[in-house]
Amino acid sequence: MSIITEKTITKEVLGSSSFPSNEVMLDLKKLKKVYPTPKGDYVVLEDLDLQIRKEEFVTIIGHSGCGKTTMLSMIAGLNPISGGNIAVLGKNISGPGPDRGVIFQAPSLMPWMTSLENVMLGVNQVFPHGTKSQRTDIAKYYLQKVGLEDSFHKKAAELSQGMQQRVGIARAFAIKPKVLLLDEPFGMLDSLTRGELQDILIEIWNKEKITAVMITHDVDEAIFLADRVVMMTSGPRAKIGDILDINFERPRTRKSVLEHDDYYAYRKHLIDFLEH
Amino acid sequence: MKASITLGKVSKFMGLGIFETLKNLFTGKLEKDEMQSFLRKTVVPLASILLFLGLWHLGAKSLYNTEAEFKIEKALQDQGQAAADALKTCIASGDSSCQPNTLPSPSQVWESFQSLLRDHNIISADKLAFKEKTAALNEKRIAAGKDPIVYTGRPSFVDQIYRSLQTVFAGFFLALVIAVPLGIFIGLSPTLKSSFNWFIQIFKPVSPVVWYLLVFMIVKTVLIGSTDDSSFTISFISVGLCSMWATLVNTAMGVSSVDKDYINVAKVLKLGTFQKIFKVVLPSSLPLIFTGLKITLSVAWMVLIAIELLAQSPGLGLFVWEEFQNGANDSNAKIIVAMFIIGIIGFLLDRLMLTIQNWVSFDKQDAI
Repeated sequence: MSIITEKTITKEVLGSSSFPSNEVMLDLKKLKKVYPTPKGDYVVLEDLDLQIRKEEFVTIIGHSGCGKTTMLSMIAGLNPISGGNIAVLGKNISGPGPDRGVIFQAPSLMPWMTSLENVMLGVNQVFPHGTKSQRTDIAKYYLQKVGLEDSFHKKAAELSQGMQQRVGIARAFAIKPKVLLLDEPFGMLDSLTRGELQDILIEIWNKEKITAVMITHDVDEAIFLADRVVMMTSGPRAKIGDILDINFERPRTRKSVLEHDDYYAYRKHLIDFLEH
Repeated sequence: MKASITLGKVSKFMGLGIFETLKNLFTGKLEKDEMQSFLRKTVVPLASILLFLGLWHLGAKSLYNTEAEFKIEKALQDQGQAAADALKTCIASGDSSCQPNTLPSPSQVWESFQSLLRDHNIISADKLAFKEKTAALNEKRIAAGKDPIVYTGRPSFVDQIYRSLQTVFAGFFLALVIAVPLGIFIGLSPTLKSSFNWFIQIFKPVSPVVWYLLVFMIVKTVLIGSTDDSSFTISFISVGLCSMWATLVNTAMGVSSVDKDYINVAKVLKLGTFQKIFKVVLPSSLPLIFTGLKITLSVAWMVLIAIELLAQSPGLGLFVWEEFQNGANDSNAKIIVAMFIIGIIGFLLDRLMLTIQNWVSFDKQDAI
């Protein structure tokens, strides 16, 4: 595919957005996922098109079981693609790789490793040529960023769920991926911890500006974090139902977002879609 | 003070917290709620041990009487009243030549235990004297390029325990070296798993005796022409082959059932095969591997007795067999002593494995 057509598509789909960068980071085209069952094929996703720009934060909401997680794990390369393709910076993906960092719903830390070792596991893979102390510094930097400067040498199993997910965030950012994929990372946390972690995530994201795709069930979370909220239709044959641009200034604070005039309009839009 | 704290921690870690409670009882530091746990953990087990000893004593006494009456009755029928009376006085006098041969009482077993220890002391002294006597001569022999003279006397009971432990650990080590790597390969590859499954299912239930015979057939031929005693080799290999299945199955299961999340993390980070195995798969299956090793060690100890007996390899198994064949007056009591020693060592080996498991495993709750 030539660059010209790609830009044309970008313009068509994105319209006249005020977003700073128009470079497409992640491009899903005619994406299809089929699970064969004894009663015939079950089509989870079909004709799903989505383009995500560089340095954009996109949240995805939709009903349970509509195929959000399937889509995200396909982007991560953990789930084979049945049709269509996924490209990162114009290059089709084949399998998983550290250019797409994932923060899973369960923290998925190795419980026998310390938090530092968990982050180092990824850093060692991505920066194999750095010295050991350079790599340790990177890991420590990100652990500090998520507020774990006192827990470098604690075993992951000894940390609370919230703390574990902080390590998960540090691990994902530390490998400096091109795209960050978040699969309901705060779904298992209580609401206070969830708020804390949203703040941490957005703070570190404001610095790094890594293109992010995040699945969530929480409408407020979707608005607070995102530049665009993507709404998926219910499955089977789920696709993109609607996209809502969130035009709040960055960096945002929770207070400023909640007090913004458009906030309730956005919220109503999303809830109307979900209840439809 | 510090040493006693760590000792308490260690004993608790090993599941022997009872020592801590006992120490507190004697130093008068026992709290009120600890009193209840002391009752439950110390007094009740002690009472049950006493009850056991009491029942054993009564049972042994009744068996003794039955056997004695039968003997006297038989003497009366075969040889007449005079012989029966003579036997009766002989039994009552406690003379060892005419005692009924039956289940020994606890006190007899205790006496035998002490006599075995005395025997050990005598043999040790003997060995030491032998060593001193031959030291100068051996030096000369070694200088002349000849083999030194070694002690070839009868092994003591303690020597046999030591030898049994050597055999069991050699067998256990063999099982570890074969079963863990093989289990990892089988667990990692579904193809290997299905091709090895029948093999495991068929060989797992094979009896120790048959393993011994198989190993005997092979080792006998392999070591043909060698004058060395092959009984130790045969018995430890049999013990290893017999006991490795639990570790093999558990390792394969542990490796094939690693949490999918961990595997996904490894995939996303694009870990290499070796890193994946050593950083993710192995640590995560360590609890199951250790459960397998624990079973392996206890099975190894259990089958050891039978295999030593067959292989005529010195050790507790041979000790039991020789005492049974011996039929001396205190042979039965010595067999019971060996039984308790086997049981206690088995228990300690289990605790040892539990301690190592707790030490290396990340998942403290899973260790039972």
